[in-house]
Amino acid sequence: MLAMNYRGPYRVRVDHKPYPEILHPDDAIVRVVRSCICGSDLHLYHGMVPDTRVGMTFGHEFVGIVEEIGESVQNLKVGDRVIVPFNVSCGKCVFCKQGLYGNCHESNPEATAVGGIFGYSHTAGGYDGGQAEYVRVPYADIGPTIIPDGMDLDDAVLLTDVVPTGYQAAEMGGIKTGDTVVIFGAGPIGIMAAKCSWLFGAGRVIVIDHLEYRLDFVKKYAQCEAYNFRSLGDPVLFLKKTTGWFGADVCIDAVGCEAAGSAMQTITGRKLMLQSGAATALHWAINSVKKGGIVSVVGVYGPTGNLIPIGNFVNKGLTLRANQASVKRLLPRLIEHVMEGRLNPKEIITHRFPLEEISDAYHIFSAKLDNCIKPVLIPSVA
Amino acid sequence: MDTTTINRYAHIKGWGVDADPHNEPTYPMKNYTGDDHKRLGYKKPVAQHGKVEILKSNERPSISAVYGTSVPPSGVSGKIRRYAFKYGEGSFGHWLPLLLADRVNVWEGIISDIRKGRIPNILGELGIKSEWKYNKKGLAKKVVVAAVITTAVILLLSRKKKSLKTA
Repeated sequence: MLAMNYRGPYRVRVDHKPYPEILHPDDAIVRVVRSCICGSDLHLYHGMVPDTRVGMTFGHEFVGIVEEIGESVQNLKVGDRVIVPFNVSCGKCVFCKQGLYGNCHESNPEATAVGGIFGYSHTAGGYDGGQAEYVRVPYADIGPTIIPDGMDLDDAVLLTDVVPTGYQAAEMGGIKTGDTVVIFGAGPIGIMAAKCSWLFGAGRVIVIDHLEYRLDFVKKYAQCEAYNFRSLGDPVLFLKKTTGWFGADVCIDAVGCEAAGSAMQTITGRKLMLQSGAATALHWAINSVKKGGIVSVVGVYGPTGNLIPIGNFVNKGLTLRANQASVKRLLPRLIEHVMEGRLNPKEIITHRFPLEEISDAYHIFSAKLDNCIKPVLIPSVA
Repeated sequence: MDTTTINRYAHIKGWGVDADPHNEPTYPMKNYTGDDHKRLGYKKPVAQHGKVEILKSNERPSISAVYGTSVPPSGVSGKIRRYAFKYGEGSFGHWLPLLLADRVNVWEGIISDIRKGRIPNILGELGIKSEWKYNKKGLAKKVVVAAVITTAVILLLSRKKKSLKTA
């Protein structure tokens, strides 16, 4: 079968790899019909995530058709069209039972801080991902969810990560009716967080980024305010002024470790790797939120450490909420939102590539060429 | 709260008097059951039986019930990775060797390609076609910068050689 093959930082290609095997009675094999490149795949692609081994197949956003099932699988049958959450979750451990499906304790032997994630390095369990024609899906009775009749595959594939992560970012913000919500990052997750903030009753939604084409998009798509931090001078000062000198009620970091905007953070975090990437967005979030406010983090950071203003955090009495999205918990509600038309995820897709063109797809997304917001890969077996 | 728990802390005056089960800061992300206190005492899923080497975090007693088998550790990078796993997840001794292993692994990948009779198309893998299509100016700039740096390095090295010969 054809599958993406990581060869080193900024180098990927498509190769023939062996068809995946059922390795556990709860496994299924899924034929991939849509697969996305996620912004967080770029951290792998840029060589920033430790234990990313040459030869691995990335891809944690995919939907497909069940081809084979293990002997214990009961909830799926061959031929089912399924949304596969990006987290691998057992459904039995203490964390899964409490709805923390992104924190499963039985899906990743290589690290305790993160649950298993498809195609996301050996630090996240060493699973080959869905940027391939076929993929092994463990715990097939738990994660995979049937795609409802009438749902577009392009909408379905964005329910594997983008929509749940954006939604959970807003949910973790504990938004109260009328709150001002500031979102750092106008990538797919930031766009979705902006859109979802309204669902929680936000009174004002502001997005901060530096790419004009993304700011233009989010302004229309999420009906929110959008500002370019390069033209603001000090974005924290701007946000204080525009919120009556108080700061936002909720700030969301939807950028993570590859943020632009601070030379010091960029040099120490991204170039010299003295910290786990550049924590510029988190820095701004902490400084821009009101006293007693909530900072919600869904941006991805590495495992070592980052420079953030923890003193301000303490003195302002802030609450920090963060997690990998619990996709399985959120899917029923999100499917409803999509089917009712409250969310239209597929509108953020700007590029479609055959799987064979993966090197260019990654480069276009990484270098932000051709106004790329969200690329989707379509394998020839789709 | 059950009486066993209350009795366990009976010697601490005032213990739990202000406990408020509704003050769950992780709600609604977490449907709190209290099972956290049972630690690893939950019923485990059936274990996957594997044939490949799996490196295990030293912060857990055994490997998880399922795991990925994407790329087992091998070669020099594999040795570095095994070394890294002697350290805990909070230690630079764990993560920095893993990053080093990743870089060593890139060279192993190139050597492995060549051994299999395949010259890796590095420019293709870098997505040069799309760079040419959408960012000709940027590509030209990169080429010029690379050419200048290469020329400077060559000149510097040849000067050093000359000065060594004359000495």
